[in-house]
Amino acid sequence: MVQKIDVNRESPSQTAGPYVHIGCTPGVDGLEIYPHDLGSQMIRGDVSGERITIKGAVHDGTGMALRDALVEIWQADSEGRFAKGPDAPFTGFGRSAGDMTTGEFTFQTIKPGRVAFPDGRMQAPHILFWIVARGINLGLQTRMYFADEDNSDDPVLSRIEHASRIPTLLAQPQGDGVYRFDIHLQGPQETIFFDC
Amino acid sequence: MTNGFPARSRAWHPPALTPAYKTSLARSPRHAPLMMPTTASEESGPVFGHDMLGPLDNDLILNFASDGQSAIGPRIILYGRVIDEMGRPVPGALIEVWQANAGGRYRHSKERYLAPLDPNFGGCGRMITGADGGYEFRTVQPGPYPWPNGPNDWRPAHIHFSVFGHSFAQRLITQMYFEGDPMIWLCPIVGAIPSRAAIETLVAAYDPVRTIPMDARAYKFDIVLRGRRQTLFENRIEGA
Repeated sequence: MVQKIDVNRESPSQTAGPYVHIGCTPGVDGLEIYPHDLGSQMIRGDVSGERITIKGAVHDGTGMALRDALVEIWQADSEGRFAKGPDAPFTGFGRSAGDMTTGEFTFQTIKPGRVAFPDGRMQAPHILFWIVARGINLGLQTRMYFADEDNSDDPVLSRIEHASRIPTLLAQPQGDGVYRFDIHLQGPQETIFFDC
Repeated sequence: MTNGFPARSRAWHPPALTPAYKTSLARSPRHAPLMMPTTASEESGPVFGHDMLGPLDNDLILNFASDGQSAIGPRIILYGRVIDEMGRPVPGALIEVWQANAGGRYRHSKERYLAPLDPNFGGCGRMITGADGGYEFRTVQPGPYPWPNGPNDWRPAHIHFSVFGHSFAQRLITQMYFEGDPMIWLCPIVGAIPSRAAIETLVAAYDPVRTIPMDARAYKFDIVLRGRRQTLFENRIEGA
């Protein structure tokens, strides 16, 4: 026998199920318990940076949009800094249940600045996405980059062996500050998800 | 370098594709997730202040009830601590919970189970952990309910937990079950977890000591989030 390594195991994940809205965005389904849903407003004060709108949906392997997903995003401000406290004018955190009929999610936010990789190189502007839903056993982590930015030196994108899949991480500009970012759980356009 | 997170133990968690849980078939990625180190983006996360909480946010017996009324069902206190893989408490963690009522019925527009709604029960609550990572809330024990998977599948009584630690990399949603429930071991969603040892960490223990006489039984449920590595041999020491 040898000495025991004293490490706890992370609580195992379970699916968020079909009724995640009750707990995380109760107002969306008309449950009036909190004054407002968490993550529904990312810009709460005087914030610099380019205002953008992100629209998209999460699609299953048949191509159908999920109508019971919960999507969360986390990002830096326009100067690459993360919100430090609960009263930050830009929260950096967004949460959307999507439209109950179409599954379409929308985030009103700002374009993030650059954030360093652990070795000091700068990453291209990106937003973290986290997707949970019925049928997803462990929350899926991915990143949204911007098709209209220079992503050529990004340390994460440059690790991707199958470069043909990189477009699954690129939000496409639609004009007027609107970006389209669709997430595909399966199929030829399957989004790259990360293990980090 | 930063003090990153050790890799998530994917063999401990349920895999994406678990055919006995049918919905996972069309919703599970087929490609392997791409390995990368955590960066400042994954290592930071939203901060939630105690002032966002209402006085009844952690009391599901009262937070949807009319004046003078309360939710119907077995009254329980649920308490525990949020700690990380290294055993450190996680203070300031936001916990959101949701559940069916005592009859097994959710208050949701897409819910079709024939059991009745309780006019005094909403089924959602939230709290933020204290300095020791501790939390506590009061509710009624949810009922089991049938769900459309196999022809006669029933969920064990459970409460959904959504937990934010200090980093987006720690984000976790899971479910809590009750000690002694035979339905746990028949459920395809629970069975998605590969090992019995892992499943047992999601089963809350009945606590006769914290049980309030003539009022509410107590159950203990500790939650473990991913923990950051911390060694002197990485370039930056926490807080330095």
